[in-house]
Amino acid sequence: MRGIYTEKMLEKLLFQSLIGLSFSMYLWLLAAGLTLVFGVLGVLNFAHGSLFMLGAYATFTLYGKLGLNFWLSIALSLISVGIIGAILERLFIRRIYDIDLAYQLILTFGFILIFDDLVKMIWGGVAMIPPMPSFFEGNLSVLGRPFPIYNLFIILAGIAVAIILWLILEKTWWGRMIRASASDREMASAIGINIPILFTTVFVFAAMLAALGGALGTPVRVVAPGIGTAMIIQAFVITVIGGLGNLKGAFVGALIVGILTSFGILLFPVFELFIIFVVMAIILMVKPEGLFGK
Amino acid sequence: MMKLKIFLLAALILFLLFLPAFAGKYLLYMTIHILILSVFALGFNLLLGYTGLLSFGQAGFFAMGAYASAKILLVVPSLLLGTIAGMVAGGISALVLGYLCVRHTRIYFSMLTLSFGMMIYSLAWKWREVTGGDDGLVGIPRAPFDIPGILSINMNPMGNYYYFVLVISLIAIFILYRIVNSPFGLTLKGIRDSENRVAFAGISIRNYRLLSFTIAGLYAGLAGSFLPPLENTVTPPLAHWTHSAEPVMVTLLGGIHTFSGPIVGSVLFYLIKDIIVRYTQYWLIWFGSIVVFLVLVFRGGIVIFFTERIWPLLKKQQRR
Repeated sequence: MRGIYTEKMLEKLLFQSLIGLSFSMYLWLLAAGLTLVFGVLGVLNFAHGSLFMLGAYATFTLYGKLGLNFWLSIALSLISVGIIGAILERLFIRRIYDIDLAYQLILTFGFILIFDDLVKMIWGGVAMIPPMPSFFEGNLSVLGRPFPIYNLFIILAGIAVAIILWLILEKTWWGRMIRASASDREMASAIGINIPILFTTVFVFAAMLAALGGALGTPVRVVAPGIGTAMIIQAFVITVIGGLGNLKGAFVGALIVGILTSFGILLFPVFELFIIFVVMAIILMVKPEGLFGK
Repeated sequence: MMKLKIFLLAALILFLLFLPAFAGKYLLYMTIHILILSVFALGFNLLLGYTGLLSFGQAGFFAMGAYASAKILLVVPSLLLGTIAGMVAGGISALVLGYLCVRHTRIYFSMLTLSFGMMIYSLAWKWREVTGGDDGLVGIPRAPFDIPGILSINMNPMGNYYYFVLVISLIAIFILYRIVNSPFGLTLKGIRDSENRVAFAGISIRNYRLLSFTIAGLYAGLAGSFLPPLENTVTPPLAHWTHSAEPVMVTLLGGIHTFSGPIVGSVLFYLIKDIIVRYTQYWLIWFGSIVVFLVLVFRGGIVIFFTERIWPLLKKQQRR
């Protein structure tokens, strides 16, 4: 009797962690860009969550409102958020590379205020849930429970991004330039890397990653002003847990936070948010440099 | 310069004292909010400007003060008791959490305070039995200022409550002024500028940081305790990290290396808000733009800008 019970519990936990895994992937996409920007540019970007939100809104408009093809909508959203990212970096972020952390946070916080109100002005303040593309409808049977195909797609997409990111950083010329300037900006500049252009491309790339997270979430998550603000703190948590500027750590951090969140909902439905921050505080106190920090 | 400063200060205090004589209810209400934010931000600046620690969780202590004062006022109708409870709640929680935070500096300190602040937020949001959940606590009375056997002042008129907040705020600000100009304040500045040197002088850096953190918490709690009698309600967003950004913003706006910076910043904050809201409901777009502009252009803060740029210019012209 007891054996059956624990087996069921185990199944439940396993299933729950699969659900958590799909949530982890949104966090990972957000945290990956945040980590890249911090690791390479040295800027802690509060407004990164707003780029996530803009990606979601762009996809919602193109796919949900105008009825464009799902993939095309995502691609167009990435491009448009990428352009916004380029403008942001060229005009503003560029000027705060070397200033105090407090000013960086407040400047990017200013952009949160701007973007949040801007989407309210354009799209209205109502929460919106767009339809699901038909080829993703339906469920798989996992451990005898229905598991949405879309969640599986999100998990695979997140892992794919992780692999592609790793390949880009390790195997391409651009990746090498990024790693070089992350470890020593001046030296990289001295051997002929054009740092300003490199930084713009990194920021745009990070913005597109955030937009991808927002875009992929549109069919299942609510699109509303403030979703960026809600996600950014968790992404901060992950970035710190992983060791600031460490992508491998960010990936593991996203898995931890996502799965913990889903367990938290199951076991302590009331204090799920509390637990996430307890975990973050404990890791910060015990290992301030993060799980994978240097 | 010094004479002018004292003159300006006296004029300002006189103005504040006589404000209810000619101001309407709305102006008094706004001034109370400015005072609350000033006290909140001044405490915060003891950490940022004087100790060199950026806390992103001050709203947590503010909310501790607000909820504690609300809880007391719902049971005992005594304004002073509520205020004291708020201060104590802010101070004690800052002492306990600060013990865990001050071991770390820079970004780690900021992230740690952020997560503690968000813990308090999630408690306020979800612990329905105590905090009323997302509805918050409602129907908090603006209890009379009551010292049993001596006096009892009705606080219902806005003017009376304004004087209560004003007097306590001025006392608190004066005490903080003395603190930052005391040997303790100098030690904090020393820690900010060169941690190692202060440590070599045999001073326990952690204890000083902890004390500074606790004082900031006391001030946040005090500021928080002013709010429930004013609004008759407290809600969880008070503890949210976006509220923690407020003292950071106004302090940077006014200037972190001047004592009056946070006060000037608070005045500007409400002034800007009040003006923009008249024209558009999307005031945050404009406020955000102003914040961005200020960070890019006036990084030293408004106060420094005036004393170092505008003031010498005026003086030069006088001499001609």
